[in-house]
Amino acid sequence: MARVVVDVMLKPEILDPQGQAVQRALPRLGFEGIADVRQGKRFELEVAGPVDDAALARIHEMAETFLANTVIEDFTVKIENADAAAGADNGNAAEKVSR
Amino acid sequence: MTARIGVITFPGTLDDRDSLRAARIAGAEPVSLWHRDKDLKQVDAVVLAGGFSYGDYLRAGAISRFSPVMETVIEQAKAGLPVLGICNGFQILTETHLLPGAMLRNNDLHFVCRDQKLRVENADTAWTGDYSAGQEISVPLKNIDGRYTADERTLDELEAEGRVAFRYLDGNPNGSLRDIAGITNAAGNVVGLMPHPEHAVEPLIGTGRTDGLGFFTSILKKLVSA
Repeated sequence: MARVVVDVMLKPEILDPQGQAVQRALPRLGFEGIADVRQGKRFELEVAGPVDDAALARIHEMAETFLANTVIEDFTVKIENADAAAGADNGNAAEKVSR
Repeated sequence: MTARIGVITFPGTLDDRDSLRAARIAGAEPVSLWHRDKDLKQVDAVVLAGGFSYGDYLRAGAISRFSPVMETVIEQAKAGLPVLGICNGFQILTETHLLPGAMLRNNDLHFVCRDQKLRVENADTAWTGDYSAGQEISVPLKNIDGRYTADERTLDELEAEGRVAFRYLDGNPNGSLRDIAGITNAAGNVVGLMPHPEHAVEPLIGTGRTDGLGFFTSILKKLVSA
């Protein structure tokens, strides 16, 4: 079974107070040198059938309409397990969507 | 002849009862609507009540937006059905894109629960006719995902078209851009806000103010005189 990973991040211009809170906690915990932290979401999709272009197109649609709110978030779709991905040209292909 | 105001219950909705009561106190006939039911039971207006539908999983309002009832609400709202989204209901309306922008975690990361002063900026919507533009009201506010966000162009457009319906006064509770507490669509039939007018409709409850009742009397007047 192939795994497709959808990463969802707040757009760069959107304030991320949760990431900031994490960043501010780091020096207190002895982790120095981290200038900024942005917090996002990761979805691991176990795809039952082949991860071909059609399946990826559907996942892209899913990410765009549901997993991410493109008003405030960007997302990437990538195939994690390239060996099991039948029909996909490039298992490491990552697609960045920005609008 | 009065008007029928429907209130939708999703799993995790909290304020449906208060919204139904507010509709009744205003003189309307309250009608309960269920998220799995596409049928709006011929109501004349719909309230999306506050709460944490689907536990706010994924994003506040993101899952409710795909419920069967919302298919009908989206379709009819575009045709002019008056819809009021309160708190979680406002979040659902932005997720459906019936209203522009999106809601994010409060900038100080705290759940805010307090009486909140607002200025009614637009008294020409279906839900604000009983107020006057510039009127200051105070109603409860309670949320953690209340930071209204949209890109600069959208914000400028909202301002230019008078679609910022409510603005926070005496301090911005959540970092909402331009102190926006609520907005309306261009037609004025779809309105969303984070504070809770349905909790301020009876003198015996809460702070004793009834500043929120105007939402419900406004829509009733509009529907009955229509």
